[in-house]
Amino acid sequence: MTDPADLTIADAGARLRAGELTAVDLLDAVRRRASMTEAILHAYLTIDHAGASEAAAEADAALARGEDRGPLHGIPVALKDNMVTRGVETTASSRILAGWVPPYDATVVQRLRAAGAVIYGKTNLDEFAMGSSTENSAYGTSRNPWDPDRVPGGSSGGSAAAVAVGSAFGALGSDTGGSIRQPAALCGVVGMKPTYGLVSRYGLIAFASSLDQIGPLGRTVEDAAMLFEAITGYDPFDATSSPGPVPAVRASLDGGVDGLRIGVLSELASEGVEPSVAAAFHDTLDRLGAAGATIEEVSLPTTKHALSAYYLIAPAECSANLARFDGVRYGPRIDGPNVEQMMAATRRDGFGPEVTRRILLGTYALSAGYYDAFYGQAQRVRTLVVREFAAAYERFDALVTPTSPTTAFPVGARADDPLAMYLSDVCTIPSNLSGDPAISVPVGLDESGLPIGFQVLGPALGDDTVFRVARTVESLVGFAARPALATSEGAV
Amino acid sequence: MTYEAVIGIETHVELRTRSKMFCRCPVDFGAEPNTNVCPVCLGLPGALPVPNRQAIEWTIALGSALGATIATNSVFHRKNYFYADLPKNYQISQYDVPLCVGGHLDVDVDGTTARVGITRVHLEEDTGKSSHLGGDGRIHGADAVRIDFNRSGIPLMEVVSEPDIRSPEVARAYAQELQSIVIALGVSDARLEEGSMRFDANVSLRPQGAEALGTKVEVKNMNSMRSLQRALAYEIDRQTKLLDSGGSVAQETRHWDEANGRTDPGRSKEESSDYRYFQEPDLLPLEIPDEMIDGLVGALPELPTVRRGRLTELGVDPASAQTIVSGDLTGLLDDAVAAGADARAAGIWLAGEVIAHLNRHGGDATLLHLDGPGLAELCAMVAAAELSATAAKEVLAGVFAGEGSPRAVAEARDLMQVSDEAALGAVVEAVLAEHAEEVARLRDGEDRLVGFLVGKVMAASGGKADPALASELIRRFAAS
Repeated sequence: MTDPADLTIADAGARLRAGELTAVDLLDAVRRRASMTEAILHAYLTIDHAGASEAAAEADAALARGEDRGPLHGIPVALKDNMVTRGVETTASSRILAGWVPPYDATVVQRLRAAGAVIYGKTNLDEFAMGSSTENSAYGTSRNPWDPDRVPGGSSGGSAAAVAVGSAFGALGSDTGGSIRQPAALCGVVGMKPTYGLVSRYGLIAFASSLDQIGPLGRTVEDAAMLFEAITGYDPFDATSSPGPVPAVRASLDGGVDGLRIGVLSELASEGVEPSVAAAFHDTLDRLGAAGATIEEVSLPTTKHALSAYYLIAPAECSANLARFDGVRYGPRIDGPNVEQMMAATRRDGFGPEVTRRILLGTYALSAGYYDAFYGQAQRVRTLVVREFAAAYERFDALVTPTSPTTAFPVGARADDPLAMYLSDVCTIPSNLSGDPAISVPVGLDESGLPIGFQVLGPALGDDTVFRVARTVESLVGFAARPALATSEGAV
Repeated sequence: MTYEAVIGIETHVELRTRSKMFCRCPVDFGAEPNTNVCPVCLGLPGALPVPNRQAIEWTIALGSALGATIATNSVFHRKNYFYADLPKNYQISQYDVPLCVGGHLDVDVDGTTARVGITRVHLEEDTGKSSHLGGDGRIHGADAVRIDFNRSGIPLMEVVSEPDIRSPEVARAYAQELQSIVIALGVSDARLEEGSMRFDANVSLRPQGAEALGTKVEVKNMNSMRSLQRALAYEIDRQTKLLDSGGSVAQETRHWDEANGRTDPGRSKEESSDYRYFQEPDLLPLEIPDEMIDGLVGALPELPTVRRGRLTELGVDPASAQTIVSGDLTGLLDDAVAAGADARAAGIWLAGEVIAHLNRHGGDATLLHLDGPGLAELCAMVAAAELSATAAKEVLAGVFAGEGSPRAVAEARDLMQVSDEAALGAVVEAVLAEHAEEVARLRDGEDRLVGFLVGKVMAASGGKADPALASELIRRFAAS
C-alpha cells in the first residue's frame, strides 16, 4: 500500500472519510517522512509535535462526532516561518527574532485551524523572505529533495521541499517576487500567488507590504486550490484586504482551455532561458494549443524594467518594515552605552548580509535627494507594468512564461553574486508589481532529473482562470515523477 | 534695531476616540502602563494598521470649522525615524496630501482682530511615552528608559498655522481659540497639563519691514497657555539681544524651562531632516466621499465665535462670554436663561465661581451638581436680596458639594439674608455698643467708619445681614 505521506490532500481526505485512515495516521506518516529526510533537507525550523498531535486527535474526534470542516480536515500542513503562530516560535529565519514566541496567530493560521488542518511545523526560508535559494537563512540552508547538492529555491524553499518530499501534505508560502512559484518550480510542486488582497497579510512578517502575498503550495493543482479556498476572503484586520467575493477556483478547475486565448510573454520566455526549460515550455504550449487554446506571442516591453523597479521598491519598503527590529520590545538585545547604540548593535548582530544589503539599498533609495531618481522612478515603472498587463488582459485570458529560467542550481553557486541571484526571479516579479495572480505547475525534468516549472499569469481576480489553465497543463503533461528522497523505499 | 517676530504654531491634539488610530485598543488616559496595548500598537511582527473612521471624521470636522478644503483623496505616509518609544520606528502620518488644507482663525487681542492662516490639518498616530531614569532626565545620560505604550497609536491631529503670528499675545489667543473650537466639537479633552493638547512654536525675527525670514528656532515643552506666551516672549527677547549684539541665531530646537523661565537648547529627534517619507503600503488611499463631508459640515456644532456673539447679545459681558465659551459652559448658561435667569448675572457666576471650582477640580463639568434652573434660582435669590454676595458663594459651594438646590442649601446652612429691620436692628445695636469709640468718630464726621461697622455687622450676622439695610440702620442709630 502507498505510504500515506505520498497521498494527495484529496486522496487523504477521501480515505479519512472512508475510515481507512485517521488524522493521527496522516500525522504519523508525515513524521516518519520527516524523520527520514530532515537530516538532509532541513525543510523545517520548528516542528510543533505537541500542537500537531493535539490537533490531529481533535480532528479525529470531530469527524467521529460527524463534524466535517472541509477538505483540509485532519490534513498535516506546514507554514513558512514568517507567519506568526501563537505559542510557537517564529523567527523568519533571522537571528534578530531568535526565540520569539508570538502572542497571536496570523489570520491564515486561524483560517487553517478553522478548516481543521493540522499545523505540523514552521518551514525554513531566506531571512525575512529575502532570497531565491533559502541559503540566506540564519539557521542553515535547506536542500532540494531531487538533488541535495542543489538549492530548493526560495524564499519559500522549506515549504516547497517539505511538500515535494511528503513531510507535509501542503504548505503556505509567501511570494514577494516569486518566492512561492520559483521554489515550487525548482522542487517540482504546484505553487500559487493569489491576487493581491485576496489573502490577509495580518500576521505575515512583512518584507515588502505592497508586494507580499501568502499563497499555497501543493503536490497537485487541486490540493493548492483547496488550500487557496481555505485561506482567502476578506479580513477586517488587513486594510488592503479585498472586500469582494473570492473566485471559486475549485468549481472551475476542470473547465479546460478550449477557446481560451493564451499569450506567451516574449520578453520572459526567451532570453537567458536554459534549453531544457525552453523545450519543456514549448512542448507544453503545443499541448495547450492542441487542447483548443489560441496561443500567440505578446510583447510587454516594460517587463524588462520590472526587475530593476522591484529591486528599488522591495528594499525601500523593507527598510521601513524591518525598522521595528531594534531590541527594544522583543528578540535578543545587544547592550550599548545608550539606546541608539543598543539598537545599532542589535541590528548589526541580528541581520544577515542580504537583509543588511537591502535595508541599506532601500534607505538610500528613499533618502531626500534620491527619492525621485530611484523610488519615484521605480513607482512610475510599476504603474506602466500595471497598465501593460491590464492592456494585455484585454486580449488574453492568461499569459504564460517559464517560472524560472533555470532549474535548481548548486548550493553556493550564486551565493556570492547577488545580481545573478536576483535574475532567478525575472519571470515571477512582474505579477508581484501588478498584483495579479500567478501559478507554477511542474511540466517535466531536465537532463539532470531536475524539475521544470511552467507559469500561468492571469488578470486581477482571475485566480480561477489561472488554476484552470494550470490544471489543464497538469493533466496534459501528466507529470508524476517523485523526488529521490521521497521514494516509497525511503531512500534515506 | 526694531524687529518683527514671525511665529508659526504646530498644535497636536490627541483625539478622544473610543479606540486608537489603527487598532481596537481603548483610548484611556488614566490606565496602568502597558495595559492598553496589542500587536498593532506595539508594532509586533506581522501586525497591520486599520484606520479609525471616527478619527478621520473628527479631523474633517475640525478642518471644516477652520474653513479648510477637505481632500477627497488623502494619503497616509510612513515617517521614518528611530526612537525607543516609536514601536515600528516609523510613524504613520500624512505628508503631501493631508486631509485638510487651508483655512484660518481670527483672534481678537486688545480690540484688534488678527487673522492666522492655517496651512493644514492632518492625522497621525501618537508615540509611546518614555521616562528616563537617572542622569539629567533626558534620554542621553539616563541609566534606564521605561516606556509606556498605552499612548502609542492614539489618534493625533496636527494643526499647522501659517507664520502669521506677530506677538506672544496673539499666539496665546490663537492657542486658546483653537482649544475652544476643539472643545466645542467634542473631539478632545484638549488638556495641556495632561498632554492631550501640545504646542510647538517656530520663532524667527526680522528687521521691521523686511521681507526675508530670519533663522527659525523651534520652541517646545510649553504646557500651559501662560507658558506658551512667556516662552515666546523670552525667545523673542533672547533673539533680539543676540542680533543686537551682532550675533546670529542658530537654527535649533529649544525647550521651555518653566521653573527658570527660559528656553534651553535641546537635542531632539525632530532635528533629523530626512524622514524618508513614502506612501504607507499597508493602507489604501483614503477616499472621502462628498456626502461624508457634507454630512459632517451639516452636523457641526455652534462654533466659539458664534457662541460668544450670541451670549453677548443675550446680555453677558464680553469677558464672561469668552470664559464661558472656552470653559464649555455655554449649555449651562443657555439652560439658566431658559429657566428665567438674567443672562448677565448668570454669566458672572459662571465665569467666576463656577470656572474657579472647575479649575480646582480637574474641569469635569458633570461633577458640578449645578443645572440651569439651579443657577437661575441663585440669581433670583441674589436679585431679591434673599442672599448676600458672600452668602451666595457659600450656597454655591454647598451646591457643588451635592447638598441640593441653592434654596435648599441656603435654608439648611441658615444663610438666608436678614432683611428684617427688627432682627437686624438688634445686631446693629449690639455692634455699635461694642464700638463706642468708632461710633463717636463717625458722629464727628469720619464717614468711612460706616463701612467698617457694616463689616462688623456682617461678621456678627454670619454673613446673613443685608449690607444696604445694615448701613442705613448704622447711620440712623448713630445719628440718634
